[in-house]
Amino acid sequence: MSDERLTASEALKLDKAPLNNQETAVEEMVSVYPGKVSKKRSKHIIIRNDQPNQPIEANVRTVPGIITQRHCAYAGCKGVVVGPFGDVLHITHGPVGCSYYTWMTRRNLFMPREDGKNFMHYCATTDMQESDIVFGGVNKLRQAIQEGYDTFKPNAITVCATCPVGLIGDDIQAVAKEMTEKLGISVVAFNCEGYKGVSQSAGHHIANNGFFKHWVGTADEETPIEGFTVNLLGEYNIGGDSWEIERVLKKCGIKVVATFSGDGYYDDTTRAHLAKLNLVMCHRSINYMAEMMEKKYGIPWIKVQFIGVQAFTKTLRKIAQFFDDPDLTARIEAVIEEEVAPVEAELAPIRERLKGKTAILFVGGSRAHHYQDVFADLGIKTIAAGYEFAHRDDYEGRQVLPTLKIDADSRNIEELHVERDPDHYNPPKPEEVLEWMKAEGLIGKYDGMIPDMGEGTLVIDDVSHHELEILIKRFQPDIIGSGIKDKYVIEKWGVPCKQLHNYDYGGPFAGFKGAVNFAKDIDMRINGPAWKHIATPWKKAK
Amino acid sequence: MRKIAVYGKGGIGKSTTTQNTVAGLVELGRKVMIVGCDPKADSTRLLLGGLHQKSVLDTLREEGEDVDLEDIRKSGFGDTFCVESGGPEPGVGCAGRGIITSIGLLEQLGAYDESVGLDYAFYDVLGDVVCGGFAMPIRDGKAQEIYIVTSGEMMAMYAANNICRGIKKYAVTGGVRLGGLICNSRKVEREAELIEALAEALGTHMIYFLPRDNMVQRAELNRKTVIEYAPESEQAQHYRNLAKAIDENTRQVIPTPLTNDQLEKLLVKWGLYD
Repeated sequence: MSDERLTASEALKLDKAPLNNQETAVEEMVSVYPGKVSKKRSKHIIIRNDQPNQPIEANVRTVPGIITQRHCAYAGCKGVVVGPFGDVLHITHGPVGCSYYTWMTRRNLFMPREDGKNFMHYCATTDMQESDIVFGGVNKLRQAIQEGYDTFKPNAITVCATCPVGLIGDDIQAVAKEMTEKLGISVVAFNCEGYKGVSQSAGHHIANNGFFKHWVGTADEETPIEGFTVNLLGEYNIGGDSWEIERVLKKCGIKVVATFSGDGYYDDTTRAHLAKLNLVMCHRSINYMAEMMEKKYGIPWIKVQFIGVQAFTKTLRKIAQFFDDPDLTARIEAVIEEEVAPVEAELAPIRERLKGKTAILFVGGSRAHHYQDVFADLGIKTIAAGYEFAHRDDYEGRQVLPTLKIDADSRNIEELHVERDPDHYNPPKPEEVLEWMKAEGLIGKYDGMIPDMGEGTLVIDDVSHHELEILIKRFQPDIIGSGIKDKYVIEKWGVPCKQLHNYDYGGPFAGFKGAVNFAKDIDMRINGPAWKHIATPWKKAK
Repeated sequence: MRKIAVYGKGGIGKSTTTQNTVAGLVELGRKVMIVGCDPKADSTRLLLGGLHQKSVLDTLREEGEDVDLEDIRKSGFGDTFCVESGGPEPGVGCAGRGIITSIGLLEQLGAYDESVGLDYAFYDVLGDVVCGGFAMPIRDGKAQEIYIVTSGEMMAMYAANNICRGIKKYAVTGGVRLGGLICNSRKVEREAELIEALAEALGTHMIYFLPRDNMVQRAELNRKTVIEYAPESEQAQHYRNLAKAIDENTRQVIPTPLTNDQLEKLLVKWGLYD
């Protein structure tokens, strides 16, 4: 049964889009822009043809004046990758606004460990004033770190820089170093000033660098961890996602050593180098970490996908394939059988109400790809999708990496030079086996979103409000997955919007049980009676 | 009230020239306030007979919002009002922002009010126009008239030209004008002609040529302006002449800055590159 469903889901994704006149829609989108902008935006919009792949422009500056979904480097660093560590106190060095507006807005949940430390609900800032700008803010930062330590005794402290810190040149790295020595806990500073790079993507990279340099591999103990050990990378535990994932992994006998960074715990990350395999969920935000750990410690990585029953099943089998252990494989198969049946039973009636519907996804740097699977499981075809801040490899696959040109915007983000660590380089399998796995595409491979989208679907990078409105008007989707910036714009069109950054108030949506939650949520949104009372503009016109 | 800012390359003699000119204006019976816009806070040393002890920013930092004009405004030679903006130590913070803050505070405290009876407010600004903060005195009509101190040395002229670019930028929005070039001689050959030629190219005039005189050094060592230290000296008379020239100056223009190419041609023409 499971295989049939898998085939159905895959087929739906690759089906021709049930749309007409995509070309004129694109024309309508770009024709309102001035000549140069129109030309620029055209490169970010493609209509899928019958070829397995197509090039698209991504990760370049948004044209000023366009209403973009993007955020800044600080948001990417503090809000996405750094923030979810719950036993760590995160201090924003800057005026109070940046800190306040990144306070718990992403719903990344945390469960305190034995030490009971949990600072998830706090929002710490140096609250820079005019005189700190004029005279420099490092004294205030030093004081904030000390106060934070005295009050909370966190397991570590992070400092995230906002724009003015970079403008006046506060040496936050020196303060972090000094306070690390003084307090005896790790204090890591991130120069993630908001103006760096073209989007929050820059902040992810900066966060990866900081954690890799200061946390990974710093544990005193060196005893290998027995068993099938993995790190969970790029999983942020929104609405409890990683708890559902870990529940199933545990049942299969797979041990999670460290997570970056959903439900993340500082101590775990210091032992991350002892895991045998890295599971990369959000390729965009964490591939740097996976790459660097592979170079330094010899830990291979596989791209995983936890969203949707079929995708999760495929991921579990991929893990089994990697470890290649008959007992583990048998256990994983048993777990799949045990878990999938009841979930499918719950999904079946919901699918009846949802099949044939269409979705549009504009979110994140991975989610617009991942959620196509769970929609396909429900019989919903994704007709248009795009990322806010992803790069070309997230669209077209990693084989484009060598051809990417490094521009000035990416050049000002530090690229760490990583070498093999002679004492800790410990690949989990013989080199020739890993080479074979690489050649087979099991490890170190991500094909991106585009090959998963059928002919006639639209792929739009860094979509603007204007373009989104044309899509809604022309193609009248039944649901749109997006973020808070567009949610209410979309709903004013009479189309339900599911926030896929923070899940609105729901979740978990990952794993088996998460898929049921998601199906119920989407069913409620699409078939909820509220929408009957709002006439969409095109229905009004009739 | 005329609001005047003095700019010029670092080390060219802006502070010395400004304070001596102010001393000259005082002798003409003018009421003057001088605002030092340099973090080193040494723009009023000669008028006060020593370093100003409480800069605006230090006071703001120590006293918080509760600052009185008397805390930051000291009386110097000839009842001039002396204010130092102050600023961070070298290498930290943002001095430019500091200048914006302190001029804002002075305005708030009524330092420019009509009741104060000022004839002149002078801004002595650090170095070249390096960022928005240092351009503050020429923005938003804070200073309406700029004098650039220069010499016949190439880099000083480069700086002068650069400052003109800044003035031109704000001339339209803020109404600032260039009053002229002050040549503070370095005894470069044909210096006066060269600066006159530069002034002409910039659409302005050389308002005065100050010869080099060791008397300036001696007066500085005694923490006095030349006018106070050696009122009978020739150099004191030069400063009086400059003060008078400024007092009577009506020629205020939007400068026409040169391209670097044009500037170099000018230098070649006057033989600097021989």
